[in-house]
Amino acid sequence: MQGWVHSVESFGTVDGPGVRMVVFLQGCPMRCAYCHNPDTWPENRGTRMDAEELIEKFLRNQTYYRNGGITVSGGEPLCQTEFVTQLFRRAKQEGISTCLDTSGILFSYRKTENGWEKAQNGVREEIRNHGERLTLKEFEDLLAVTDLVLLDIKHTEEAAHRRLTGHSNEAVFAFLAYLEERKVPVWIRRVVVPGYTDSEEELFRLGEYIGGFSHVKAVEVLPYHTMGTAKYKELGISYRLEGVPQMDTEAAAKCRQIILQGIRKRRNEGAGVR
Amino acid sequence: MREEWRGFKSGVWEREINTRDFIQKNFFSYEGDESFLVGPTEATKALWDQVLELSKKELEAGGVLDMDTSVISTITSHGPGYLDKNKEKIVGFQTDKPFKRSLQPYGGIRMAAKACSDNGYTLDPEVEEFFTVHRKTHNAGVFDAYTPEMRACRSSHIITGLPDAYGRGRIIGDYRRVALYGVDRLIEDKEDQKNSTRTIMYSDVIRDREELSEQIRALKDLKKLGEIYGFDIGRPATNVQEAIQWLYFGYLAAVKEQNGAAMSLGRTSTFLDIYAQRDLAEGRFTEEEIQEFVDHFIMKLRLVKFARTPEYNALFSGDPTWVTESIGGIGIDGRPLVTKMSFRYLHTLENLGAAPEPNMTVLWSTRLPLAFKRFCAKVSIESSSVQYENDDLMRVTHGDDYAIACCVSSMRIGKEMQFFGARANLAKCLLYAINGGVDEITKKQVAPEYRPITSEYLDYDEVMHKYNEMMKWLARVYVNTLNIIHYMHDKYCYEKLQMALHDKKVTRWFATGIAGLSVVADSLSAIKYAKVKVIRDADGVAVDYEVEGDFPKYGNDDDRVDEIARDVVHTFMQYVKGNHTYRGGIPTTSILTITSNVVYGKNTGSTPDGRKAGQPFAPGANPMHGRDSHGAVASLASVSKLPFRDAQDGISNTFTVIPGALGKESVVLSSDLAMEFDDGCCTPAGSMAEPDYGTAE
Repeated sequence: MQGWVHSVESFGTVDGPGVRMVVFLQGCPMRCAYCHNPDTWPENRGTRMDAEELIEKFLRNQTYYRNGGITVSGGEPLCQTEFVTQLFRRAKQEGISTCLDTSGILFSYRKTENGWEKAQNGVREEIRNHGERLTLKEFEDLLAVTDLVLLDIKHTEEAAHRRLTGHSNEAVFAFLAYLEERKVPVWIRRVVVPGYTDSEEELFRLGEYIGGFSHVKAVEVLPYHTMGTAKYKELGISYRLEGVPQMDTEAAAKCRQIILQGIRKRRNEGAGVR
Repeated sequence: MREEWRGFKSGVWEREINTRDFIQKNFFSYEGDESFLVGPTEATKALWDQVLELSKKELEAGGVLDMDTSVISTITSHGPGYLDKNKEKIVGFQTDKPFKRSLQPYGGIRMAAKACSDNGYTLDPEVEEFFTVHRKTHNAGVFDAYTPEMRACRSSHIITGLPDAYGRGRIIGDYRRVALYGVDRLIEDKEDQKNSTRTIMYSDVIRDREELSEQIRALKDLKKLGEIYGFDIGRPATNVQEAIQWLYFGYLAAVKEQNGAAMSLGRTSTFLDIYAQRDLAEGRFTEEEIQEFVDHFIMKLRLVKFARTPEYNALFSGDPTWVTESIGGIGIDGRPLVTKMSFRYLHTLENLGAAPEPNMTVLWSTRLPLAFKRFCAKVSIESSSVQYENDDLMRVTHGDDYAIACCVSSMRIGKEMQFFGARANLAKCLLYAINGGVDEITKKQVAPEYRPITSEYLDYDEVMHKYNEMMKWLARVYVNTLNIIHYMHDKYCYEKLQMALHDKKVTRWFATGIAGLSVVADSLSAIKYAKVKVIRDADGVAVDYEVEGDFPKYGNDDDRVDEIARDVVHTFMQYVKGNHTYRGGIPTTSILTITSNVVYGKNTGSTPDGRKAGQPFAPGANPMHGRDSHGAVASLASVSKLPFRDAQDGISNTFTVIPGALGKESVVLSSDLAMEFDDGCCTPAGSMAEPDYGTAE
């Protein structure tokens, strides 16, 4: 089958371990205030590409990717779950490492006494439509061929998360728990936006929260930058964070330390790992 | 065994001049990390402060602090020069004081005079008269022999940067021989060589005998240079300090004698490590002392300076000396040639701070020890001053004792040399093919009057046919121009000291070069896959082009255009090979206009790829700026399709990335994050995976 591809970066070094081929897929239901790729929002745009075509592209330059692999990003790659699963399945046949960069927002399940059940997770309608279509089996199939998930937790506070992205964060946390259960390694990412997602309290809370998951293997802090604003002008979309300064890298490193403190506290408390 | 060689393992190297054998028998491969390294001593810091102060003064003075205007530089022309005699552990300057540039007129008296006048000095009129009337220079010889066609090509810039008015450089003496054998033994060896030439005096035998005599004279002068500084370098070095000092005297003699376009050092670190290991084992020196010797040695290499003109500096973007030192690599028996000394050399970038010279070049192999790779990555991040070249690729043809001259030219040390050949402008050649040999800027008939293309739109087959013919012509003029240059350089500006540090029988590479490859590839692709309309001026000369539609662009891993680039390199090389080369030189070519691409572009009219007249070419084998849209791997993949076999003198690809695009947390191209939590909670030390640099040629 074919997917809608926004672009392919042949030399990706910031989305997963090693040098990676990063496939940016088209389509995203989130509307994060700081998104730097608003051009990936609309679905069914871009270039139609076969999974096979992408695998071939990768294999012909395999020597560059010795310690890397393929990362699928977006957009929200789970908008095209079937395509991603097919691509990853082919990748695993070739022994290629696979990495999924997602917001987790389309995971419309909740853990109950009877296991995972369909849930609304407080998301808006356009997401529900997507999420409803995704069965648990589809997630299982995808994660069976996924080596690493980069999960972006935009805010731990429900209201703040809604303000930033337009959606509840329930699905994100549910997805993290589901990944833990499936034993899929996770790197947590956080975009630190001055005045929005960088308060000490919030960062520490994030650390404490993710400290409870044993499959969280790393934390990455991405400093907010304004390089995407030009795209907004081009697309005629108003930019909500107009005037918010870029995050300098030193401050971002400090933010990361706070998250690590949170993790440390949680793990040292002996509260156990979930 | 001689006393100086105590403790060394015997080998053929004792009976014949064979540095490689000595290294192979005696070196210790080091697989550990950098933790043994030590910082700069107080003396080092004081000396370096002095250098920084002088550098500042030099900058304030407009780029030159002092110049010789009457003393002609030879190996023994000057008394000793020091920064601070009591502090310097390794000594020697080109003149009698640091930052004073020497006068080297043998390449060409006009260039030497201009270098003086452009920097506010006046050349001694007696010297000028002597080298104009009584003693001919290389430059004068070349212009006596040039044909009108060669002169036209030169002034229209279809062949540029020719070493016809300055030293050609690119020759690496095996300076290690001075340390290992001492000068007396080297003289003996050369006497033997002279005594064993053929006895029927054909002109090449006469030349051999004359050159060997020159070499012997240079070695005797080298010994005197040691004496000027109070050393007897007639005997072998006895410890690492002497080994560095002896080796440096060899190099110093070379730069006193030659102002070459690249005066590279070779591959010295692993050789010197053998002495350092012996001294450490025998308790003669401490690590701190050894690092101090290395720091002072590197400091000297940073202070090599030549008198040059602003035009020369414009062509090479700055005032480069190309003191390239090749570090690391893998031996043909599989042992990494990485030693503690490899670390110490790179460590000077930390002890003295970053600097472009000497040009530290790591011969990279996937099989280098991991700790060394990590250290290289770390020093690269901190200093941005390390060059990497593909040892896995070059070892196949050059073995394991080659070094890089300038930026990419590889040669076996002491066994091979190169005739530096500048570059032919293949983009301009394409315009000549379209215009029937008329230069698009001067409107002069430079190439033969072939039939021009007269159609409104360019037809690929017609263009290719004419382009091939024009390349054939260009290759002929170019190679023959170089024949004259190298004949005259050997005659009037022979590198006697550097050649004295070579074997008797030397392989000579006849280097040529290509400029404008990506412009040509994209132009031909545009003609083939889009429509290119020709705009002609009142004289009927094509001066501009309109491209209608899109076309595959070089640098995106697209075979349709990458194959065009490959074919152009191959075809041009075939034409080059079809010509007679001076002194049996083996033709090679390079694609490496790293800095002069701006000048080449300035002298070339609009091209069918949409590039406008005067716009710079891409450097080396790079895609044109902004046309590679699929990221670095795709861009590198295009470059790596170029045939190394046809361009053994090197293919360069300049790859600039903002640090943030290389990974996070100052860990370049690595993946430590995944490991962060693995040994207990939140231990800060990350385990870093092997950096993956890919394998571009």
